[in-house]
Amino acid sequence: MISVEHYLAVAAVLFVIGIFGIFLNRKNVIVILMSIELMLLAVNINFVAFSTHLGDLTGQVFTLFVLTVAAAEAAIGLAILVCFFRVRGTIAVEDINVMKG
Amino acid sequence: MISTDINTALPEIILAVYAMAALMLAVYGGKDRLSGFIFWATAGVMVILGLMMAFAPAGTTSAFNGSFINDEFARYTKVVMLFGSAAMLLLSQDYLIKNKLFKFEFPILIALATLGMMLMVSAGDLMALYMGLELQSLALYVVASFRRDSIRSTEAGLKYFVLGALSSGLLLYGASLVYGFSGTTNFAGIAETIHGDNLDMGMLFGLVFLCVGMGFKISAAPFHMWTPDVYEGSPTPVTGFFATAPKVAAAGLFARVVHDAFGGAVTDWQQIVAFLAVVSMFLGSIAAIGQTNIKRLMAYSSIAHMGFALVGLAAGTEQGVQALLIYMAIYVTMNVGVFAFILNMEREGQPVTTITELGMYSRAQPLRAAALAALMFSLAGIPPLVGFFGKLFVLQAAVDAGIAWLALAGVVASVIGAFYYLRIIYYMYFGDEADALSVRMPMLHKVAFYGAALIMLVGAINLFGVPPIAADAAASLLK
Repeated sequence: MISVEHYLAVAAVLFVIGIFGIFLNRKNVIVILMSIELMLLAVNINFVAFSTHLGDLTGQVFTLFVLTVAAAEAAIGLAILVCFFRVRGTIAVEDINVMKG
Repeated sequence: MISTDINTALPEIILAVYAMAALMLAVYGGKDRLSGFIFWATAGVMVILGLMMAFAPAGTTSAFNGSFINDEFARYTKVVMLFGSAAMLLLSQDYLIKNKLFKFEFPILIALATLGMMLMVSAGDLMALYMGLELQSLALYVVASFRRDSIRSTEAGLKYFVLGALSSGLLLYGASLVYGFSGTTNFAGIAETIHGDNLDMGMLFGLVFLCVGMGFKISAAPFHMWTPDVYEGSPTPVTGFFATAPKVAAAGLFARVVHDAFGGAVTDWQQIVAFLAVVSMFLGSIAAIGQTNIKRLMAYSSIAHMGFALVGLAAGTEQGVQALLIYMAIYVTMNVGVFAFILNMEREGQPVTTITELGMYSRAQPLRAAALAALMFSLAGIPPLVGFFGKLFVLQAAVDAGIAWLALAGVVASVIGAFYYLRIIYYMYFGDEADALSVRMPMLHKVAFYGAALIMLVGAINLFGVPPIAADAAASLLK
């Protein structure tokens, strides 16, 4: 029998993979965008699992909002990335270094 | 039912409809030729809404099943944000025209960001919180990279986007845990499930994730890494905007969540907020010492100031929230004044951002140097300027709440931080002579710059009656 804990464990693992994808990735920014998406989807699994567990629809409504916002976020992220590529000519993470910080 | 809901959220609805209507008008009616009109119209709408909010009847009303709350606390922060946004919008015009960035999208994005901030401080539900936060953030990512042909600006936008999205994800994960363990997303509902100070494990994790997410948005250390880069890379008017209204919104949201939803577990979040406050105050004060770029300097200054604001929140009392609200109003006023000056730091049409370029500024422009000195003294918190009273209120709240060590840390950090504000004054009065900066300063900038400096001087008398209003606002949050 699969209980709510199993879903939570999967979501937690995906979430942590997403965070590590942002910090350990040295290749390019597209991978970062994918990691962000992974984090948001892990949260969605959490919400849906809780929603079914509690027998309460609010969590699933929240999921729909998160999906919508994630789409808008990805669109804006890619738009900024395109602008960055035009002026810099690269999207490698180690080249985002004009300002130290 | 629905009509009372709409009445409660009327200012937000007006701003949303205005932003969309202005966008349509500009796209179909002449694009950037309408920029000037849209700048003034947006600022006008914000000021009118601010006045509407300031003179709204007292009392708390909620709408949409408690997910939107309109109380004194929300109205106070909204007035500060709307006036701050309108001021920075009008100040940005000259800079944008000079740098060929005078586009109609700018005021509309600012209006949408302001709308998001208004929803944040009025949120009564995790869903409303998230939607408001994202509306604000998405608009801010775009304005940070508004100068599309500059590497610095696009890099600032990209960094802000990646770290902002990360923080939204953390906040959302916390929201999902809180929902799962309390069974509701409504703040009032969450508060009902908390009994005593012992949160169960799931709720505690949720609370920590929420605080981390909001710590990012408020740029509290150790979640501040994006701030200096974004402040330095963004076009100067955008930096000025970042330093005012969004900070108030994030602080308001923080206070709203910890008091409305977790008001029954003060000792649990008090430690987190106190930790954020101490680290921010010291990091902001110490890391700024090595900076020579004034925009980066203001970034570290904002980190330190957020630390002080969080001291008020860490007190966990009504007095603490009142101190936080007073502090934010003072902070916004000081920043509007300082950025009105920074926007005019230029030589032969090229922006100058190094502080050594202010060498012997007092000889060329004695009045301006004096006004900037007053603002810097106020930022440093030196009596009898208004900035001192902001710090006094938060430290007093911390002492009264029994966390004197936090107040003591605040005093030490304040002394360290005074160094870099005083250094700017030193350069202006005793530094090596630098080539004169441009003398032209638009009328509007003069009004904001001298006005803010004057407020810092004469406000010491009674702080313009703000403390009692802030007290009412704090009382409405902790009822």
